[in-house]
Order: sequence, then C-alpha cells, then structure tokens
Amino acid sequence: MSSTISPDPSAPSIVEVGQLVREFGSTRAVGGVTFSLAPGDCLALFGPNGAGKTTLLRVLAGLLKPTSGIARVSGIPLPGGPLARSRIGLISHHTMLYEALSPRENVAFSARLYGIRDARERVEDSLRRMSMMDRADAPIRSLSRGMQQRVSIARAMVHSPQLVLADEPYSGLDDSGARALTALLREVRSAGTAIIIVTHNLTEGLSLATHAAVMQRGKFVRYDSADRIDAGAYAATYREALAANG
Amino acid sequence: MGNILSTAWLIARKDLSIEFRTRSAFLSAVVFSLLGLVIFYYAWDPTAVTATDLAPGVLWIIFTFSGLLGLHRSFGVETADRAIDALLASPVSREAIFLGKAIANLVFVAAVQALAIPALALFYNLRLGDVAAPLIAIAILAAIGLVAVGTLFSAMAVNTRLAELLLPMLALPFFVPIVIAAAQATSKLLSGRPVVEIGAWLKLLLAFDIVFVAACTLAYPFTVED
Repeated sequence: MSSTISPDPSAPSIVEVGQLVREFGSTRAVGGVTFSLAPGDCLALFGPNGAGKTTLLRVLAGLLKPTSGIARVSGIPLPGGPLARSRIGLISHHTMLYEALSPRENVAFSARLYGIRDARERVEDSLRRMSMMDRADAPIRSLSRGMQQRVSIARAMVHSPQLVLADEPYSGLDDSGARALTALLREVRSAGTAIIIVTHNLTEGLSLATHAAVMQRGKFVRYDSADRIDAGAYAATYREALAANG
Repeated sequence: MGNILSTAWLIARKDLSIEFRTRSAFLSAVVFSLLGLVIFYYAWDPTAVTATDLAPGVLWIIFTFSGLLGLHRSFGVETADRAIDALLASPVSREAIFLGKAIANLVFVAAVQALAIPALALFYNLRLGDVAAPLIAIAILAAIGLVAVGTLFSAMAVNTRLAELLLPMLALPFFVPIVIAAAQATSKLLSGRPVVEIGAWLKLLLAFDIVFVAACTLAYPFTVED
C-alpha cells in the first residue's frame, strides 16, 4: 500500500494546498482551500467548532484522503506514503500516548517508528525540552493532563519534522507548559520547520504566525500573510465566525 | 520485507510490554479458560462420553473464546487516546502494523494455550507426554489462523459502538474451518491414532494459515484508509 513517490526537487514550498476538498458523504468538511507554506512559515488557523480545521490537518497528516484538489508535502502528493509521513509531526488535543508506558518509552517507540537508530539522545533531548525529565519513567496514566500533553509534544518532535501539524496543542497546558511549547515552536520555525497551528487562542496563535486564516464552513473566510495580519480585524472576523456558527 | 518484519516486531514488543504491565486481558483469558474447564468437567458424565472424546471439543471452545478476549484488546489499546493516529501518521507500512498486532496476539494466545493444555490434561486425566509435539504443532498452526482473522476483524470492529459484539459476530464464522480441522486432529491424536493420520489435517491448517495471513495482511490497509 505504501507508495514511494520522490519529492519534486523544484518545489519551493513545504506545503502546497490547492482547491482542497474533503467530503464525508454529502457533508463538505473542507470546501476548496488554497494556500502554501515555505520553510519557516507558520499558519495560525482559527475558526469555530466544525469549521473543518481538524479535517484539513488530518488530510495533511495523511490520515484522510482528499476528495478532490491538490495537497502536497515537500512536493509529495498526499496521501503520499511513508516518505511524506516521515516529514510530518502531529500534535493533537488527543495525546496519542499509551497510558501503561512511560514518557521515555512512548517517545522512544515513536523515534524507532521514524527509523531513528540511536534514539536515546534524541528522546532525552525531546523530553528535556518539554521539562519532562523528572517524570520520564512514570506511567503516562499517573501524569496530569498537562504533563501528558507535554509528552505528546515531545513525541511529535522527536524526529525533527519538516512540517508540524498542531491541533489545539495548548489544550491542557498550564502557563509554564504553554511557554515551553511556544518557545519550542519558535525554535523549530527558525530552524526551517513549517507549522500549521489550530487554536482558539488568538494571542498565542498570532504571536507565532507568519500567515493566519479564519475558517468557517470548510472555507477560508480570511487569509493574510504576516505583513497584513491585523490582530483587531482577526478578532472581529473570528467573533463573526463564532456567531454565525451559533 | 526485513524492514516490515523489524517494524512489526517493534509494534509487537510494545503491545506485549503493555499487556505484561496491565495483564488485564491475559488474566481474563486464563480465568475464562480455567473456568470453562471446570464447568465442562462438572457437566461431564464419564460413563456416557470418554475423556478423549470430550477433551478436544472443550479445548478448542476455550481457545476460541479466550482468544477473542485478547483480540478485542489488541486495537483497544490504540483507541484509548487515539494512539492509532500517531501510528498511522508515522512512516511505517500498514502491513507492518497488522503483522505487529498479529504477532503480539499470537504470543498472547500461545501463552493461554501453554497454561490451558496442562490444565486440561489434569482435569481429564490425559497422558499428553507421547503426543505433546504434534499437539503443540496443532495448537500453533490453529492459533496462527485464528489470530490472523481475529486481528483483522478487531481492527474493523474497534471503531464501532458495538465492538465487543461485532468482533465475535464477524470472526466466529471464519474461525469455524480452523477449529474443525484443529478439533479433528486433536481428537485423533488423543484417541491414540498414529501421528501420520493427522497429517492431512495439519496440511489443511497450514493451507488456512497461508491463505488467512496473506489475505488479512493485504486487507488490513483497506480497514484504516478512509
């Protein structure tokens, strides 16, 4: 089932999305979205519940097939098999962890899935960045929700992805965890990783963003690049989208 | 192929580590097996049915249903906090995920068999020393087929609201040919027939294994692709 499509070497973007549509039966969750991100770009995606943000991220993560349109990661059409998936780090409000295993075991398992041979140093580094070394050997089930989210972030970053897809990553994090995540995302962005972050926190989202969009009923109702992002206008559009959603 | 097998082993080790720590499904399966043996023992009239006639049926009934307990857990651990999403978003092939799950399930079923077979010999006063090797061959060959089918249906059923009901409903009809072949071979073995007489049943079990493992490995990716 795995396809091994070579990346297009002339592709300048890490993410290219063109008229992307994703339908579930007669419901159009994503309805013709277009954007592209270069290395180091960060798209902050806002919108009410059910706007299609998570579906868009799941398509880009290779978990859902596009119904029509184009979606490429590093020039590889999605769903592009192991090569495309190896470049993506997925963070969600679900921790995606095994509760009987420890943080160290969860992150090490992920590192090995991504083919990292001598994973120990990478695992330790990932856990250290999220301040989880003290509880690295405790079972996940014994950790608070915020600590589990920190481990989930360490798991998603252990293979140094070129694209980070973060769906409400601040969910459950306290101030310290949120600061650590913001610092980590800034650091990986400055190293050339592209980021798409879905959040309801306009301040956090816009502080990281080089691009921003408000999504409503599967479409971008507002999309701007860094030099044109107006926080006040975004707040107004976001409120309108929430009101329209009922 | 080497990469698929090494990834499958990585996933199997992870599943076995989780089961070793929680022991939830294993203990349930062992208790179920021993309870089944006890109930059949007290319902048994030795003057009407000999132990060698009854034991094969009892053995394969408890293996089939205790195996379902482990098979249900197999993908259950992945859905607890959507760990399956991280697994599917990683660059491992879907076939490796299936084989990893199947290997872990095979170890689980084999561990239950390792406790249940001596218990059966104890309850029904069977002498298994002379037939131990062919009996183990039957148990392993049958377990491979049961696990292949059960792992596939566990993956299909896990995201449904009626997973606990759906898994046996889907899997049991496919278990029937394997269980018939295994029970027939066990029956001949326990009644003292020469080992060569079970050769045909062993070949049939091997054929089922090859078909079910290949078909289920190829079918699994379609259960996770939308």
